[in-house]
Amino acid sequence: MNMNLKILVVEPDASRAEEISQALREGGWANVTVLANTGGLSQGLSETDPDLVLIDLANPSRDLLEQVSAASDAKRRPVAMFVDQSDDDMTKAAMAAGLSAYVVGNMQADRIKPVLKTAIARFQVMSQMRTELDAAKQALADRKTIDRAKGVLMRARGLNEEDAYNLLRKTAMDKGRKLIDVAEALVTAADMLE
Amino acid sequence: MSKRHLNCGYVPLVDSAPLIIARELKFASDEGLELNLLRQPSWAALRDLLALGHLDAAHMLSPMPIAMTLGLSGVKCRIDAPMVLSVNGDVFGVSSDLSARMRANGWSGAFQDPLGTAAHLMSAATGPLRVGVPFPFSMHRLLFEYWFAGIDTGVPEFEIITTPPPLMADKVGQGELDMFVVGEPWGSVAVDRGAGELILPGRAIWAVSPEKVLGLRHDWVEENPEVTGRLMRAIYRAADWLDTPDNQPLACEILSRSEHLDLPHEAIDRALSGNIVTRPGAPAQPVPGFLKFQRGAATFPWRSQAAWISAQIARIHGLVPKQTIAEGQSVFRPDLYRQHLGGAGVDLPGASAKVEGAMRNRTAVASRHGHMILAADAFFDGQIFDF
Repeated sequence: MNMNLKILVVEPDASRAEEISQALREGGWANVTVLANTGGLSQGLSETDPDLVLIDLANPSRDLLEQVSAASDAKRRPVAMFVDQSDDDMTKAAMAAGLSAYVVGNMQADRIKPVLKTAIARFQVMSQMRTELDAAKQALADRKTIDRAKGVLMRARGLNEEDAYNLLRKTAMDKGRKLIDVAEALVTAADMLE
Repeated sequence: MSKRHLNCGYVPLVDSAPLIIARELKFASDEGLELNLLRQPSWAALRDLLALGHLDAAHMLSPMPIAMTLGLSGVKCRIDAPMVLSVNGDVFGVSSDLSARMRANGWSGAFQDPLGTAAHLMSAATGPLRVGVPFPFSMHRLLFEYWFAGIDTGVPEFEIITTPPPLMADKVGQGELDMFVVGEPWGSVAVDRGAGELILPGRAIWAVSPEKVLGLRHDWVEENPEVTGRLMRAIYRAADWLDTPDNQPLACEILSRSEHLDLPHEAIDRALSGNIVTRPGAPAQPVPGFLKFQRGAATFPWRSQAAWISAQIARIHGLVPKQTIAEGQSVFRPDLYRQHLGGAGVDLPGASAKVEGAMRNRTAVASRHGHMILAADAFFDGQIFDF
């Protein structure tokens, strides 16, 4: 297999960028360039002259790459989204992992696919970590709200902490709502009454 | 009855209002739909997620579903546009440097004079114009290129540079763009930051251009005919509500408070009221019909509009016009519009295509309920397109 592909990774977050390029290097692709500043995307493209561009699906600068892919300017090599249209599964896997890729020139699919498989695997791990991080942050925010709601009940009804929590939980069960929703409603109402 | 959930992608622009209003004022809920409005970071992301089925419906630049169906943008995927979500609403602007040179050459700052302004622009340009547009397949680009092709002066060349709208003002301010075409609020943002001056509303080029459309996968429409109808009715009611003048202050309030847009009140107000401030400190100029959602049959997806878009795409990309137009115009689906909205008491024009550019004024045409008023659809150069 020819490992001399020039790969450009567009990723502003330095640690994510390093993870992706490390995974690619471990896979045997040594020629990996990272572009952190998406403002200079067009310039970065012409300077590195990559065969393949990898970019987060959610990167707001993706439309800049579309420009290059739609350019009818003969000076530029054509760029297409990697998608080999016969390989729908791989496309879907990439999308689900949050990866989009652009192939420059007429690159053969068998040279691209192993790179993509490696990148998809790395993106999957990273997006899972991101989801877990988001969940942890949300749980923390929820706990703060529930603590505030308990405080409201303790002051207004003279309850101890445990009884306040039990009242919240019972109300949520009786109303068929989530505990956090009841707590939020109570905190909002208390703010309005203050 | 449990509600049918629909994942609906949009880009946070003022003209995503019909989707937001359909959700916030419960028009969707009345149709048994729960609209999950999913904000997209780029048009490319929205396109890919729609093509692969992660989104059921999307707020799209009108040339996008045609480009996707033709296989010119992302994965080739047949998309139907059963209704138009908004007409007009783009603005053309130039950098402060360029406008200063235009003024030095006697430009009056007129906002609705496409020929006169073009002449001043040409005389002030020092090299190829670098023009920012939000996406390669956008009405912004088509209007700009149509305008440029139609003005006969010692034309300097131009370069189209795709620029995400939130970055447009910065790029103009940093001297990376000489000109830009963008939807509100981003034109006003460039003015407020002192980066540029607005020189034309999009409707000065084409009086009624379909700006955003509802995009659905063709296969999804086939599998979900009834849900398609419910979604279209909910959006139609929202568009009708938005174009009722008395509702405008409330619309502005709802949109500025909505978590879906994140835009300041005054930015939304300028677009909805059509009072456009073209340079810092200048009084607002009224632009009738600046952005319309429903009036003048705005929601009707004329096949001839899709044909015009396809013809421009063919010209820009060097495709065979006849073939491109034939395939592209079938993306707009007036038949679905008739099927799903006709039964809901919405008036329908007698024809599904018109001669684009023939109406210099508002015109009454035959319709199912007798007659309906269509908005003027003239082009700045008087061209008429009979496809």
